[in-house]
Amino acid sequence: MKRFALAAALVLLATVPWWVRGTFYVNIASQILLYAVFALGVNVLAGYAGLVSLGHAGLFGIAAYTGAKMLAGGAGHLAVDVAALATTVVAAGVFAVLALRGTGLGFVMITVALGQIVWGVAYRWISLTNGDNGISITGRPSPFGLSLASPRSFYWATLVVFLAAILSMAIFVASPFGASVRGTRDQPRRMNALGYHVWMIRFLAFLFSGFWSGVAGLLYLYYNQFVSPQAVALTASAEALLMVIAGGTGTLLGPVVGAALVVVVKNVASAYIERWNFVLGAIFVMIMVFMPEGLVPGLARLARRLRVGAPSPAPAAVTATREEVPP
Amino acid sequence: MTAAVDLSVQPGERRLIIGPNGAGKTTLFNLITGELSPDGGTISLFDTDITRVPSRRRAHLGIGRTYQIITLFPRDTLLRNVTLSLLALTRLRWNPFVRLETRTELVERARVVLSRVGLDRLADRPLAETSYGERRRVEIALALAQSPRVLLLDEPFAGLSIEERRDLRALVAGIPRDVTIVMIEHDMDTALDFAERISVLHLGEVVMEGTRAEVVAHPRAREIYLGE
Repeated sequence: MKRFALAAALVLLATVPWWVRGTFYVNIASQILLYAVFALGVNVLAGYAGLVSLGHAGLFGIAAYTGAKMLAGGAGHLAVDVAALATTVVAAGVFAVLALRGTGLGFVMITVALGQIVWGVAYRWISLTNGDNGISITGRPSPFGLSLASPRSFYWATLVVFLAAILSMAIFVASPFGASVRGTRDQPRRMNALGYHVWMIRFLAFLFSGFWSGVAGLLYLYYNQFVSPQAVALTASAEALLMVIAGGTGTLLGPVVGAALVVVVKNVASAYIERWNFVLGAIFVMIMVFMPEGLVPGLARLARRLRVGAPSPAPAAVTATREEVPP
Repeated sequence: MTAAVDLSVQPGERRLIIGPNGAGKTTLFNLITGELSPDGGTISLFDTDITRVPSRRRAHLGIGRTYQIITLFPRDTLLRNVTLSLLALTRLRWNPFVRLETRTELVERARVVLSRVGLDRLADRPLAETSYGERRRVEIALALAQSPRVLLLDEPFAGLSIEERRDLRALVAGIPRDVTIVMIEHDMDTALDFAERISVLHLGEVVMEGTRAEVVAHPRAREIYLGE
């Protein structure tokens, strides 16, 4: 059954350009996938490592700006992609070393500060980044001679990258290292006492998260053929985090569903409703009220409840350690 | 807080640490495991100075511990809890490519440990769905899984029913002699049976040390601990 659902989903995704009419909607589908890759990267930290970052748009932007600068300088696409991702991973390492000096709110605030530094450079260092005007590039890559110029071909390329991201996440989550990362989220003190290097595990998770944020940044650059400070703003980091929270932290599909929700409301609802921000905000509030664990786990709980016919309790597992006062 | 603690435990010994609330018993455990750094003095494990060894390394050197406040992985099953403990001492913990479930030797070892503490029938149950007494056993299972040379038990009987205490006492008594056990416990009826030697802590200092009979008969110990 699971394999059948997986195959059906793959067929559905691969045939989007045929059953979705119009270039506009194919482009929306590409946006959903590229933001899903970004949200999956953010989810590694926020969901699996329990570290909420509000600076990941900085990493997303570092990849996009590095790519844009190098392409504008005449470099080839392969070299640009490798260099942009390497730069992003190094930047993620610097972010991690600084941010992991704190946990909880301290971690959040350091990531905000780091993200704002990147935004400040993008906005104010005009000789490097062209400031508010941003950097434009011309042309998308043609891997193996296949041009990605058309919306359809770009969608398929984005789909391949998205599937690679999902696959890497699935392998990571099921691996011993993935179990270690989740252990540091749930009980860092116990993990340390058991012999795990909690800091190093979080550092490596940060690099992994930064890598996929960089990949998403490159996709963003190729999709828009333009990057500006807007891409690295605090709101972009918050939006990615909201995608993860709305869809369900610490799940594979949650960030994908969250990305779809935000991109659709932003692009489609805004065509009909002037105050689309209000609609998005109202949707988030409804999710938090009725499915505080996010859409994917919430819908799974609802499905279980319908199957069994009995009310299923709201998730309490997360707080179980605080309930262990002896009777 | 501790001050001027001079404590030496022989290999294989069963040592009980007692003292009123705030005496520094858990602080002493935190110093031994490295969760706290001492301002002075040394901590040795089998004649090796481990004072500056990071706390995470001490598990690899053979120190296992349980916590007074249960510190487990509530979202995971009992089996996964113990597997995480076993995984900690292998290089496999860094591997991001293989599926943990396919490492059957690790999972089977975790089942054996759970069976040792009498929880094998609950192996696949999420920890959040177990009783307080069962979680106390899982605490000990996590420590035992790593085959420690020194086991620090921080109030393992706290909050347990009479039956649960009896079962846990049997479990602790069954731990092989090659494991040195140091236990903090308030329940004297349970703990005195276990102890070969007892150290009495008060205001961060070891005020006396001796056999069960010596401590029970000592007026200072009776005054501090029993309020007599």
